[in-house]
Amino acid sequence: MADQLLFFIEVVVGGLLAGTMYSLVALGFVLIFKASATFNFSQGAMVFFAVLAFVGFMQDFNVPFVLAFFLAVGLMVIVGLCTERLVLRPLMNQSEDTLLMATIGLGYVLEGLAQAMWGVEVRRLDLGIKDFPIPWIADNLKLFISAIDLTAGIVAFGMIIGLSLLFKYTKMGLGLRAVADDAGAASSIGIPLKHIMLLVWSAAGVVALVAGMMWGARAGVQFALVDLALKALPVLIIGGFSSIPGAIIGGLLIGAVEKVLEVYIGPFFGGAIEGWAPYVLAIFFLLYRPEGLFGEKIIRRV
Amino acid sequence: MKPIFMTYTRGDLINLAILLIVGVIVIPMTVSSGYWYTSILIPWLCLALATIGQQIIMGYTGQLALGAAGFMAAGAFACFNLILRVPGIPFVGALLISGLIAAAFGILFGLPSLRVRGIYLMVATLASQFFIIWMIDKFGWFKNYDSSGIITAQDIVILGKPFTSPIEMYLVIVAVVTPMTLIAMNMARGSTGRNWMSVRDMDIAAESMGVSLLKTKLQAFAISSFYCGVAGALFAFTYLKSLEPVAFDIKLSFKVLFMVILGGLGTINGAFIGAAFILLFPVLLNYIGNNVFHGAIDATIISAIEQVVFGVLMIIFMIYEPLGMAKLWETIKIKIARLFSKT
Repeated sequence: MADQLLFFIEVVVGGLLAGTMYSLVALGFVLIFKASATFNFSQGAMVFFAVLAFVGFMQDFNVPFVLAFFLAVGLMVIVGLCTERLVLRPLMNQSEDTLLMATIGLGYVLEGLAQAMWGVEVRRLDLGIKDFPIPWIADNLKLFISAIDLTAGIVAFGMIIGLSLLFKYTKMGLGLRAVADDAGAASSIGIPLKHIMLLVWSAAGVVALVAGMMWGARAGVQFALVDLALKALPVLIIGGFSSIPGAIIGGLLIGAVEKVLEVYIGPFFGGAIEGWAPYVLAIFFLLYRPEGLFGEKIIRRV
Repeated sequence: MKPIFMTYTRGDLINLAILLIVGVIVIPMTVSSGYWYTSILIPWLCLALATIGQQIIMGYTGQLALGAAGFMAAGAFACFNLILRVPGIPFVGALLISGLIAAAFGILFGLPSLRVRGIYLMVATLASQFFIIWMIDKFGWFKNYDSSGIITAQDIVILGKPFTSPIEMYLVIVAVVTPMTLIAMNMARGSTGRNWMSVRDMDIAAESMGVSLLKTKLQAFAISSFYCGVAGALFAFTYLKSLEPVAFDIKLSFKVLFMVILGGLGTINGAFIGAAFILLFPVLLNYIGNNVFHGAIDATIISAIEQVVFGVLMIIFMIYEPLGMAKLWETIKIKIARLFSKT
């Protein structure tokens, strides 16, 4: 019995830690949604683009780790700049669906560019952290928790705290929230809309890079990252599109639930229910709480 | 987004007659190379039919659904199993029943549309995409317990005559696609279509005008996935000639979505234009790669470039012409007509 309980805890913890990766992708999404009310469908492609560039710099040009990281950050800022200038500004005041479809296009561009520049083969990313159980925890608590999962969890947690503080206590964060609330009113009192947008897209780019590094270290840097990142969408539905804590809790929930379902119910159906379980979970949430756990209620008028 | 066509004029009927003559008489008589049928005409018509399905739900009813490939898979495997398990079932009958089965899935996964819209609905329909493919993949019954994962599709037999050569298959497809396109056009311009469009343009207003959202949305989902189901069955039986769940992954759904958007939201002919473009552009790129650069560019790079171009075009169309190539075509026609009327 104790063994079973221990195994259950292991499954849940493993799921929670894997869930932080979904949270990281969802976080980038929330940042952009908060500032520009745009559903950025290309967040998954940004993850792929950022981490592939990072690995490419390291492996193809022998750039040291830190420099490659900053080069990739710089690249993501450029992507943010181009997106703001070439996609978002011409589409200002368009309907949400139009913007969404434009970001689907943007995602295609990023995926294509990444593959044209760096090739299509799977690349290994070694962060110096191994994907095996941490001995200390395994010995003392009898839980097998992967080192890379734990690192990802800590990094995600750190980023969330940092971003939350940024949003709450800095002038920039205040401007961001103002823009999110009413872009027109915000710009009329002198908040530089363009800078805010650029900042937000760059921040989302950096978040994407970090998420990609964590994922890439675990499963290799490959195109499948884009599909994995799609799972950030159910996360957002559960957490609410405009809430940073929501993205985190949604990610954890999806991570834990999909692992538990996979381990305990999956075998009855031949496994691999992870692929759709999060989406079905999201549908149930939609039926009962369409605004998500922490989202703001959407009121529509004629 | 407003529709472009509301009524038929004499010109439309003449166009239809010309298209039919070209499609049924001129092409089969002049084109003899199998390549044109198997690689261009057959996939074009199949995908155009699926695009009409996506068009109905997205372009006309305004529901952002992203699961066309899932419904296509449902149709394809339904058709396979019907022919396999029901002795003596006519092919057209199997095709229609597969469409109905896909429609049932469409209604089921369309249910969330009653509560949510936009990206929320997109996520809900993604569930259908992943679930249907998983279901077919995991339950051996659907694949007749074939362990290789790839099943050869049965031959198309209509009234005892097998239709197996490219040209015969093409004629079967034309015989299915033509009436379905005409029916779609009629639905779109009739009261059904007006209900769809009223839901698209402002669902709350439509509801207060007495349009039942429940009925209209589910009807649109059912009809849309019926079209996708039939298209999927045709696609598997004539183009792929095999059935494997992987062929209907999310990439195909995105492809169909692109066909709708680039072709033009809310137009039936846009479905054909969009499908042709998405299908032919890679062929053109490969041709350029092989003949201009003599294979100096790697095939993976070419497909990456193709992705970039599709993405850029999508953004450009969203910015400058949200109604897509069909609208562009209309504008060009009007300009040409003006040019001639001046002289």
